[in-house]
Amino acid sequence: MVDVVIIGGGVVGCMIARELSRYQLKTVLLEKEDDVASGTSKANSAIVHAGYDPKPGTLKAKLNVRGNPLFDKICSELDVPFKRIGSLVVSLTEEEDRVLEELLERGKKNGVPGLKIINREELLKMEPNVNKKARAALYAPTAGIICPYELTIALAENACQNGVEIKLNSKVVGIKVVNNGELAVMTPTETIHTRYVINAAGLYADEISKMAGAEEYRITPRKGEYLLFDKRFGNIVNRIIFPTPSKISKGILVCPTVDGNFFIGPNSNDVTEKDDVAVTPEGIEEIIKGAQKLVPELPLNHVITSFAGLRAVSDTDDFIIGASKKVRGFINVGGIQSPGLSAAPAIAEMVLEILKEEGLSLKEKRDYNPERPRVYKFRQMNNEERRELIRKNPAYGRVICRCETVTEGEIIDAIRRPVGARSLDAVKRRTRAGMGRCQGGFCSPRVIEILSRELGISPLEITKCGCGSEILKGRTKEFIETGGVVDAK
Amino acid sequence: MQNRELVIIGGGPAGLSAAVEARRLGIEDVLVIDRESEPGGILKQCIHTGFGLHIFKEELTGPEYAERFIRKAEALGVEIMLDTMVIELTSDRRIVAVNGREGLVEIQAKAIILAMGCRERTRGAIKIPGFRPAGIFTAGTAQRFVNIEGYMPGCEIVILGSGDIGLIMARRLTLEGAKVRCVVEIMPYSNGLTRNIVQCLEDYSIPLLLKHTVVNIHGKKRVEGVTIAEVDDEMKPIMETAQFIPCDTLLLSVGLIPENELSRMAGIEIDDVTGGPVVNQRLETSVPGIFACGNVLHVHDLVDFVTQEAMEAARGVASYLADGGKKYDHIPVTAGEGLRYVLPQRINVEAMTGEKQNFFMRCARPMARARLYVESERGVIESRLLSHVKPSEMISIKLGRDELKGVKMLKFILQEEGDKIECND
Amino acid sequence: MSATTEKRRVTCIVCPSGCRINVEIEGGKIIEISGNQCKRGADYATTEVTQPMRVLTTTVRLENGRLLPVKTSHPIPKALLFDAIKELSGVVVKPPVKMGQVVYSNVAGTGVDVVATRSWD
Repeated sequence: MVDVVIIGGGVVGCMIARELSRYQLKTVLLEKEDDVASGTSKANSAIVHAGYDPKPGTLKAKLNVRGNPLFDKICSELDVPFKRIGSLVVSLTEEEDRVLEELLERGKKNGVPGLKIINREELLKMEPNVNKKARAALYAPTAGIICPYELTIALAENACQNGVEIKLNSKVVGIKVVNNGELAVMTPTETIHTRYVINAAGLYADEISKMAGAEEYRITPRKGEYLLFDKRFGNIVNRIIFPTPSKISKGILVCPTVDGNFFIGPNSNDVTEKDDVAVTPEGIEEIIKGAQKLVPELPLNHVITSFAGLRAVSDTDDFIIGASKKVRGFINVGGIQSPGLSAAPAIAEMVLEILKEEGLSLKEKRDYNPERPRVYKFRQMNNEERRELIRKNPAYGRVICRCETVTEGEIIDAIRRPVGARSLDAVKRRTRAGMGRCQGGFCSPRVIEILSRELGISPLEITKCGCGSEILKGRTKEFIETGGVVDAK
Repeated sequence: MQNRELVIIGGGPAGLSAAVEARRLGIEDVLVIDRESEPGGILKQCIHTGFGLHIFKEELTGPEYAERFIRKAEALGVEIMLDTMVIELTSDRRIVAVNGREGLVEIQAKAIILAMGCRERTRGAIKIPGFRPAGIFTAGTAQRFVNIEGYMPGCEIVILGSGDIGLIMARRLTLEGAKVRCVVEIMPYSNGLTRNIVQCLEDYSIPLLLKHTVVNIHGKKRVEGVTIAEVDDEMKPIMETAQFIPCDTLLLSVGLIPENELSRMAGIEIDDVTGGPVVNQRLETSVPGIFACGNVLHVHDLVDFVTQEAMEAARGVASYLADGGKKYDHIPVTAGEGLRYVLPQRINVEAMTGEKQNFFMRCARPMARARLYVESERGVIESRLLSHVKPSEMISIKLGRDELKGVKMLKFILQEEGDKIECND
Repeated sequence: MSATTEKRRVTCIVCPSGCRINVEIEGGKIIEISGNQCKRGADYATTEVTQPMRVLTTTVRLENGRLLPVKTSHPIPKALLFDAIKELSGVVVKPPVKMGQVVYSNVAGTGVDVVATRSWD
């Protein structure tokens, strides 16, 4: 019997797991994929929003504004890069000028600090590549950028380090009330008895809630497509550049990434399947057109990849966070679409409060360590640090990914750390190997070799992203039919 | 900090050829740095024939061509530092390299030759829609898996792009028992050498679909198929022609990009068309004492030309070391109608390293018969009749010092000749 | 006699011209070659329709688990490429081996040797 089962290893589930790891509890996190951050948390706009956008009074507004200032501490504890670069909502028409005013008002109501409207001259001075037709902009200095999967992985590692058990490849197939105060969560391989279940299943939260017999709601997948550009152009903009928002989304933006690239996107289209992350030609065209309104000169020949992510949109138009009135011990954390990442730390706080109200007693652990052991990033070190590191372990002197300068030592670390990488994509998310301009062309054979060596399995078993995505199909003929050894004369 | 006379970054065909020539020219201290555990670069995985016809007058495989140069380099006392990656290059020719043995290696070089080669264009670079499953490889990566590691990337294969590596892999995978369904090429002509079309596709009845492209990739975990469609004259897909082709693997052979990240770090001027450094008559970049040759300078189709170019870069280094880096004025060399680019982009006739200057160029489209005009400010100074020019096959011509004497600019133009020769196709 | 005429088309690869050569065959004999610009083209086309030959390049296994690139020392009949590759799939070579060294003889009964195209210590 455990205390809490968290379903879903996205940023929300992992944030809650880490929060719970402070206390003397037995917590298990179940993730259906082969790695955490495999759904919405791996493909989104990677922004910690200031909080002027959501409607005042909603959970979205409250938790976004509460969550934003928590990032500095969390990221420094977890050794995750976070850059508070600020955002600009750009107005191109008189009508949009009025939208800026509305956003400013809304922001003030929500309690967002530092908001101000700047004029064209100020804007173009801050962002010389923005459309010269821009009229004004709403400047939000507290908005920031982060790598959402890096954060999620770090949260999972730290939670794991503090005693949370993280079970990958563990899809929940059934939830039953065993008796009052006890729930049974079933995966294909086991049944876990628990007092509380936290449903952080992202796109599948509606199905999990229904499975448990709790409140019914609907999560619709809403696709957003992106194009990522080469680092050479990473400074095309210095801040997050938004258009004025529409009813359903914040619009197609131009945004630097914490790793030095920049992206454009997302568009916003409802789709029917919860795993439809296909990029469409229409979508690419749409985001290019949209982004060009903000930054007319985009280096379109230097796109390094395209991708799509799905937002988990609830039918209530707000986050669904609360204890079930129908199933005791079952807590929904659903419909976490934008600003879900920004709100995640505050969501975790809120969930803790709910658990307390539901009768969970929280006793702090003496040995809780909020700090994740340092992750060596060769590319970000100075030469003195590099020399020192290689002296300790020569594997840090062997560069495997040349585009992102990732060494063998870092890849081995990614595999051996808690919640270690098991697939090519998992290595990529942890180290950036294969994330650069050649997109793994040169390093993927080497990474497969290292994974296979470290995990003690055949290269044929190495996957891109879990079972069914094996990279190699077999051996060449000489390894299939074997004869005797021919002595070379 | 080590002080070296000549450091060559990259130990593939360009780097090795340059090293050998530099030693022959009497440069005492030649260091080649390579990131792999063996020299030879990409030739090690190019086990097919077709190398060396110009240089050795015989048809060699990639590993043989490489081994000949490795032996020469060893015999001539070239030092090769392996498993070492250059991570910094400055405009005053300082290098920081890294390996597991020595940690960081800092070198001050009198001269440097860039020979880092190129990388393959990826799916992102050509923006193919669809899912992102396992089973999408660049042709060169697939080649490494098959020829070096002994693994099959797939069983049923579609190849996008008719670049030479893709064609070579179509044959290789077929011989290994895979089924290559087709090669699709967006252009109305193939991007590979004719003999590769014949010996890699026609020999095995693999269809080459010109003016076609991949418009969708299917499969969430592993490729399950691709949708291909014909394209119109603007290269836009005609969706009515779309057809689904089941396959488990998509190979991309859609072009090569010179790898100039280090060059950019050193502030070297890069040509937008070639993707490589702007160079002068001795293949010296905009940064004095740093030279470039091979695929890092511009993408070649034949390794023999890489060797020739590398030898020229070595001669350039010798002349640079001899003249102590004297400053020269240059005249511009430009590509006009019918050509995509001409190399070198600027020359100084007095400072030419030989009696003749080599010019490399690529045409913009295939022409059965074309005339190449070389113009100076005085008008046409030279013209040559060329037959069967193709963008995939580099044009190289030599002009003598006498012809070039006193000119203030050079412009190369390629015009299709009206009187087309009989072509029964 | 009403012998059927077979028409074959060959793309010449002797030089970059890439002539499309038409070959007419009647009763197993070449009766006409057209479309070529030179005699080398005619010779190439003749070989291609009578017995096309190819150098086979592939890999064989080294005893240490690595791969050794090899080639046939001379072209072999195109029709025998698959037989040859099948035969070679069973070959395991013990290093050291030198470039040019014969690692297999008389592949697919052609009388042609298979040689290493790189050295291995």
